[in-house]
Amino acid sequence: MLRRHWAMILGLTTLFLATGTAFATAGGATGSDVAHEWNLLEELFNPKKTWLLIWFILISGVVVYYIRVASSGKDLKVREIAGLSAVDEAVGRATEMGRPVLFINGILDINDIQTLAGITVLSRVARTAAEYGADLEVPTCRALVMTTARETVQEAYLAAGRPDAYNEDRIYYLTDEQFGYVAGVTGTMVRDKPAACIYMGAFYAESLILAETGNHIGAIQVAGTAMPSQLPFFVAACDYTLIGEEFFAASAYLSGDPKQMGSLKGQDMGKLIGAFGIILGVLMATLSVLFGGGIFETVLVYLSEYMFGDDGFLMTIILMAGGGG
Amino acid sequence: MKRTVPLLIAMFAGIMLLASTFIPLTETWGETVTIWFDILAVGAFVLGGGNLLKIHLEKISSKRSGWAFSVVTLLAFVITLWVGLVQWGVNPPKLYPTHSWAGNYIEEGSGLFWIYDNVVYPLTATMFAMLAFYVASAAFRAFRAKNIEATLLLFTAFIVLLGRTYAGVFLTDWVPGFMAMITGMTPEHFNTMQLDELTGWIMNAPNKAGNRAITIGIALGVVSYSLKILMGVDRSYLGQD
Amino acid sequence: MYEFLKNLDRRWIFLLMLLAVSFPILGRWSFPEKISPMVHDVFAAIEELPEGSKVLISFDYDPGSQGELQPMASAFTRHCAEKKFKMYFLCLWPLGEPMIEKSTNLLKKEYPDLKYGEDFMSFGFKAGGEGVIKVIVTNMRELIPTDQFGTGLDNIPMTKGIQNIQQMDLIINVSAGDPGTKQWVQFASTPYDLLTVSGCTGVQAPLLYPYIPKQLRGLLGAIKGAAEYEQAIDEHYPKIAAMPEAQEAKQRMGAQLVAHILMVILIIVGNIVYFVGRKRGDAR
Repeated sequence: MLRRHWAMILGLTTLFLATGTAFATAGGATGSDVAHEWNLLEELFNPKKTWLLIWFILISGVVVYYIRVASSGKDLKVREIAGLSAVDEAVGRATEMGRPVLFINGILDINDIQTLAGITVLSRVARTAAEYGADLEVPTCRALVMTTARETVQEAYLAAGRPDAYNEDRIYYLTDEQFGYVAGVTGTMVRDKPAACIYMGAFYAESLILAETGNHIGAIQVAGTAMPSQLPFFVAACDYTLIGEEFFAASAYLSGDPKQMGSLKGQDMGKLIGAFGIILGVLMATLSVLFGGGIFETVLVYLSEYMFGDDGFLMTIILMAGGGG
Repeated sequence: MKRTVPLLIAMFAGIMLLASTFIPLTETWGETVTIWFDILAVGAFVLGGGNLLKIHLEKISSKRSGWAFSVVTLLAFVITLWVGLVQWGVNPPKLYPTHSWAGNYIEEGSGLFWIYDNVVYPLTATMFAMLAFYVASAAFRAFRAKNIEATLLLFTAFIVLLGRTYAGVFLTDWVPGFMAMITGMTPEHFNTMQLDELTGWIMNAPNKAGNRAITIGIALGVVSYSLKILMGVDRSYLGQD
Repeated sequence: MYEFLKNLDRRWIFLLMLLAVSFPILGRWSFPEKISPMVHDVFAAIEELPEGSKVLISFDYDPGSQGELQPMASAFTRHCAEKKFKMYFLCLWPLGEPMIEKSTNLLKKEYPDLKYGEDFMSFGFKAGGEGVIKVIVTNMRELIPTDQFGTGLDNIPMTKGIQNIQQMDLIINVSAGDPGTKQWVQFASTPYDLLTVSGCTGVQAPLLYPYIPKQLRGLLGAIKGAAEYEQAIDEHYPKIAAMPEAQEAKQRMGAQLVAHILMVILIIVGNIVYFVGRKRGDAR
C-alpha cells in the first residue's frame, strides 16, 4: 500500500514531464531554435511556480513519510480533541432522551473539502447512532451531498450490524438556497427538538441562526468548520467547537487508523516549516530596517517574492542577467 | 469495483487539477474537470427535486406532524418551476423578436422576477436580518469575562463595536489634542488612542495575524486531507472508513 | 431583578434590538463619517484610473445580504460612471442577477447618456462558482459567449476584443461569501496580478484583511465601509453629494450606532449578572 503511495508521487512527477513532452511533440516542436526551446520549456513547466512545486513536494513528502512511519508500527500520539469525544456523548444523550440527532453537513457542495471532512464525521456519528439505536436526521443543502451522505450512513449502519435500522428518508434534500435551508432546518429543530445538533462543514451567516436555535431548544451542540469568520459564533453558542485544522484531523482521530495518524504528524511538520519561514522573514525584515537593507533586504525579497511569491526559482534572475525575458 | 472506480475518478481529477497548476499546456484540463463537476451538479438538481417531491408527498399522504408545511413547500416548488419553465411574462429579446423562449427568464416584469421581488427577496432578507437579534442574545448569554483571555476579548469587542460607528469619533476625537497639550508632542503621536483608529489597528495587526495563523493551519489541513483522498487513505466519503 | 436578568427571556432582547434599530431608521438619523485609510485606498484605486478604463464589476451576493451590500454596490457604480469607465457586470450567485439590474437601472436613470453595450454591459449570472473565475481569467469566450440578453459578445462594441479578464484594468467585487472576494483573490488577482478592490459583509472582513494590500488593494467592510466610501465620493463629486439616494449607507449608520451601543450595554449587564451569580455561588 505504502509503496503505492511513493509510486504515485513518482508517477505524478513523471506525468507532469511526460504530458508536457507529449504535447510539445504533438505541437511540432523541433528544438532547433533556442528561443523556441525556451518557449517550449515554459509550456512544459511554469517557472514561476517552481517554489510552489518545491513546497508541494516537501509537504506532501513529509505527510507520506509519516504515513509510512505510522504504518511501520510506531506509536504516534494525538492530543485529545474534546469536540470529537463529545460526539459520542451527544449521541448517547439523544438515545437516552429518545429524541433524534440532527447532523448538518454545511451548505456547500460535495466538491468542497469541508463537506467531505464533515461526511467523515457523519460516518462515525451514524455508526454510533446505529449501535445505540438513536434516530439520525440529516437534512442537506445540496442534492449531491444527500447522495453521498446516504451512501455513508448506509455503510455505517451495515458496519454496526444494523442495516435494517437504516432509513434513507431521514437523509433528505431541502434547498440550495442558503436562508431557505436555514428556515427549513430551524423549523425542524423547533418542531422535533433534537437532543443533539452536530454541525460539520462549511457555514456562512446561517451558523449563528442554527446554533442559537439549537441552544434555545436545549440541545447539546458540537460544531466543526474551517470558516474562520463563523468560528466565533459557534464558539459562543455551541458546547464544543472544532477549530479549523482540528476539523480536518477528525477522520484520523475518529478512525484511529495509523496511516491517517501519520498524516497528522506530517501536517504538524508542515506547520513547523511555515513557522520557520515566518520567523526567518520577521528576522530579515527587522535586521533590514536596523542595518539599512543590504544582504538582509536581498534575503527578504527572495523570501517574499520568490520562495513565498510567484517570481520563480532563479529563472527570472537568469533571464534578467541574460537580458532575456 | 464499486469503490475502485470512484477512487480512480477522484485521483484522476485531482491529478489533472494539480497538473494544470504547474504545466501551462494542461491549464485547460483543470477547467475541463471543473466544468465536469458543474454538469454533474446540474443533474443533481433533478435528483434533489425528485427527492423533495417524494419526501413531502409521503409526509402529506401519511398526515405526519407538520404536513401542512409540506403542502406550502410543494406549492411553492411547483409554481416557481412552472413559472420559470414556461417563461411566464418574459419578453423575447430585441435581437430575436420571433424567439420568445430566448428572453431572459429573470428580467424585470417576468413572472419569476415577480416571485423573486415579492417572495424570495423579503424572505431571505428577513432571515439575514434575524442575525442582529441572535447576535444580541448570544452576546448577552455567552460573552463573559471568565478569565484574562475572555476579558481581553471583551474589551476588544467594546473598542470595535464603538470604533465602527460615530460613537468612536464622538467619544475620543479630543484625545490626541489633549495628549499633545499635556505632553508637548504632536497630536499625530496619539492618533491610535482614538477608538476608530484603534479599531483600524486591531483589524490590521492582531486580527490579521490571528487570521493568518488559522488560515495557514487550515491550508495545511486541506493539503493533508486532500492527499489522503488522492491516495485513497481516507475513503469515508465513499461510505467506508 | 437578578433572577429576572439571570433567566431573561431572549424575546426581551429581541424587542430591545427592534426598538434600537427602528427609531434611527424611522427618524432617518445620520452622523458624519471620517474616511479611514482602508476606504481611502479603495477610492484612490478607482479614482486614479484613466477615463475609459475597463472595469469588471462582480456582484456576488443575493437579497439576503442586500441590506448590507447594496449601498456600496450603488456607490461603486456611481463612482465608475463618473469616471466614464467601461463597466462589465457579472454575478456568480444564482439570485444575484437582479442586483446587476439595480445598478444598470441606476445608470439608465442617473446617467442617461451612457449606452448599454458601449459604456456598460452585463454578462449576467454564470453558474459554476469559483470554476467560472478559473475559466474566464484565461478564456472568457469558452464560458461566456453572450451577454445577459443572449447577444453574442462580438456583436457588442465594448466586448468585441475581450478574450479574458486579464484585459480588465480593475476588478471590483461585492461579496457576501463563496464564491466571492476570496476566490477572486485566489484565482484572478494573485496569479495574474490584477488590480482588485472589494466590498464585503462585516463578518467576512476580518478574513480578507490578510490579502491587503498586495493581493487586494483595499476593502470596504460592511455598511461602515460603504458609508465612508460615500463620504469620499461626496467630497469629490458635489453632484452625488446632493443626491439623497446616494447617501443610503450613511443613513443606515444611525441604526448601527444605536444597535452597537445596545450590544455593549447587553454585554455589560450579562457580565454583572455573571459576577453577581458567582458571588452568590450559582454562576453557570
